[in-house]
Amino acid sequence: MTTNQLSVRTGNNSSIIGVSAVLGIFLLFALLMMAFAKDAGMGTQALTFLVLGGGLFIGIGMWAGSLIDRDPFDESRYEDTLVKFGVAASMFWGLAGLLVGVIIALQLTWPSVFYFPEFGWTNFGRLRPLHTSAVIFAFGGNVLLATSFYVVQRTCRTRLAGGMWPWFVFWGYQIFIFLAATGYLLGITQSKEYAEPEWYVDLWLTLVWVVYLLVFLGTLWKRKEPHIYVANWFYLSFIVTIAMLHIVNNLSIPVSLTGSKSVQVFAGVQDAMTQWWYGHNAVGFFLTTGFLAIMYYFIPKRVNRPVYSYRLSIVHFWSLIFIYIWAGPHHLHYTALPQWAQTLGMTFSIMLWMPSWGGMINGVMTLSGAWDKLRTDPVVRMMVVSLAFYGMSTFEGPLMSVRAVNSLSHYTEWGIGHVHSGALGWVGYISFGALYCLVPWLYKRKGLFSKSLVEWHFWISTIGIIFYMVSMWFAGIMEGLMWRAYNEYGFLEYSFVETVEAKHISYIIRMLGGLLYFSGAAIMAYNLIRTALGHGEATELETATDPYAKPEPRAALAPAE
Amino acid sequence: MGLMNNHGILERHSILLTIGILVVVSIGGIIQMAPLMYMDNTIEKVDGMRPYTPLELAGRDIYIREGCYVCHSQMVRPLRDEVERYGHYSLAAESMYDHPFQWGSKRTGPDLARVGGKYSAEWQVDHLIDPRALVPESVMPPYAFLMDKKLKYDGIEDRLRTERLVGVPYTDEMIANAKGHILAQADPDNRGFDYYDSLVAEYEAAAGREGTVELRDWDGNPNEITEMDALVAYLQMTGTLVDFTTYEADDLSNRR
Repeated sequence: MTTNQLSVRTGNNSSIIGVSAVLGIFLLFALLMMAFAKDAGMGTQALTFLVLGGGLFIGIGMWAGSLIDRDPFDESRYEDTLVKFGVAASMFWGLAGLLVGVIIALQLTWPSVFYFPEFGWTNFGRLRPLHTSAVIFAFGGNVLLATSFYVVQRTCRTRLAGGMWPWFVFWGYQIFIFLAATGYLLGITQSKEYAEPEWYVDLWLTLVWVVYLLVFLGTLWKRKEPHIYVANWFYLSFIVTIAMLHIVNNLSIPVSLTGSKSVQVFAGVQDAMTQWWYGHNAVGFFLTTGFLAIMYYFIPKRVNRPVYSYRLSIVHFWSLIFIYIWAGPHHLHYTALPQWAQTLGMTFSIMLWMPSWGGMINGVMTLSGAWDKLRTDPVVRMMVVSLAFYGMSTFEGPLMSVRAVNSLSHYTEWGIGHVHSGALGWVGYISFGALYCLVPWLYKRKGLFSKSLVEWHFWISTIGIIFYMVSMWFAGIMEGLMWRAYNEYGFLEYSFVETVEAKHISYIIRMLGGLLYFSGAAIMAYNLIRTALGHGEATELETATDPYAKPEPRAALAPAE
Repeated sequence: MGLMNNHGILERHSILLTIGILVVVSIGGIIQMAPLMYMDNTIEKVDGMRPYTPLELAGRDIYIREGCYVCHSQMVRPLRDEVERYGHYSLAAESMYDHPFQWGSKRTGPDLARVGGKYSAEWQVDHLIDPRALVPESVMPPYAFLMDKKLKYDGIEDRLRTERLVGVPYTDEMIANAKGHILAQADPDNRGFDYYDSLVAEYEAAAGREGTVELRDWDGNPNEITEMDALVAYLQMTGTLVDFTTYEADDLSNRR
């Protein structure tokens, strides 16, 4: 072992010690919070943290003790084991989140059958945040963690920085998900949509997120490519902006340091503005820029073509992130928010259409010269269709942000349909595409276990999305019109509950759509597991490739110009 | 274009890129959020707003815990049909003590900004226990378990103190007597009798007018103070505080 290697080894040992120390401190906090818990929920949450964090602590210790001479963070290799964990977590949480979605759709469809008076914690109000957080933060978040760790290593041609710290990010994030999810079931929530977890979970996530940023930046700092690849700009803007949004929107004061309840610093109109600044940019920076980063790496790689336009990627990157931040107030049209703020929100929402479509065009046109892959490769088709859904929902969004349209669409199922065309179509499909790419690459397989299962997944899910979207458009526009309908005598035509009753058929179709989409994802999980196991067409590649012996093809690295 | 050619600098320096991103994503938020914090005309001048009583606040916490905001908005928009269906459009002043706000984003059920007093307390209790017994087409979950859960209010003084920390004008008397005020509002004739006058005096003084505090047994079970008591007490006061007889919508200071 040369001195150089030895120093690397020592440096990495320090990361194991560092992670253990941070974890140890938080375990101590959790122990204290459990001992002095002011409410039962807090006690349960602290115990959950103790079990999960303690398990991780012991796991790290046992694993580090078994190392002896082996360098676990070998700088000459990529950190791919972590990406494999991320892929597995994505599939697991994806299925869980979609299943909860189907359950709450059933509750709204047949309330007498799917509500259980003796189990109040299974009511819609507690399961709906569980569904949204599970699909956005657990599924989407793990896809972003896994792909960002994969992409940043490849495009920088270096191993992930920080030794043990990226593992802290991964497991710390899973603990965050678990605390948030069990918290909702216990009734612990600060009621801010997509930011429901209480103050102590927020603090934990802040720590995990700052480490994530440092790992990502650290990897960029030791890159062997002079330029930072476009996908990494998008990942970086996602990580930085989510940190900013998360901290500001969760500013709150705990009632007790050993209690779960906290009080928001902002109130009323200011709190509403802050919440939707956060809420809309969770869409913008979690569900858009993060997944555009996936698009910028996986589509060029999969079709083996350079990105369509370097110039377009610069223009649409900066304009997208600048304009998105302003769009929040379109969630507050006709509310008590001052009208100047509403108008700003609407104006920028309409402007947002252009950079959104710039990204879509850049992604789709990357297929120039490889259009045949749409027919021959269902994975490519999935990713391109995801861009079509992205284009559709980023047109629908500006439309709905116009005050006059919003007066009809707001508060209705139209909004639900809109988010799901973006979530199922865009976020879901680009993620599935990336997972279908990643598993054969990570496990060094020639291809997927079964291409025809991908076809099945694609068509079942697509029919599911269409069921979902169309039924919710129908339900939303119908109820919006019914709410404002007047009869010939000048009285309101319908009572509220008549509009609820009128949506029953739409609810059934929506539930079926969700069930189809869930089935497609289950097929994917099966296909990916068989691929990892090397079954079917997923035979092993002949040569074990050394990542540095075979650099990435220039195609993915050099944007075309 | 020169700007475009210089983009390479950002692509080679990760810290410059990070700072660039941070600056670009900060501008919109600052311009939209900062003025709301100091501009006087963000919140209308109204008569009648007061902090929640401890029982109402506990009820509101249950409202939040159960995720009611997921299906019910609390924001009547100034549109003809909404004003006729729900009542006067909501003012910013009406949620000035709401940490956090409960405006909502979806109406799977009707708006609740002005549900206070629209139905009787008995109706609310029966409806929460079994929504479909009263409204057969409803898709609302049942909340019968609230009847069986005793309200926990050991830490209510700390709860009010934290509200005061973020700007809700609770007085020392309100905080010191918080437990008694809960008893007074849910069981005014027996256990809460001694705090009856103090509760009414303190909160009506804060509101600046009479008749803004309702005291009664809410859930039909006078022996226990349950979570149902708290939730219904909260529901029955939503949107009832502002005195609209003195509110001048056309006043320049109220035009926003």
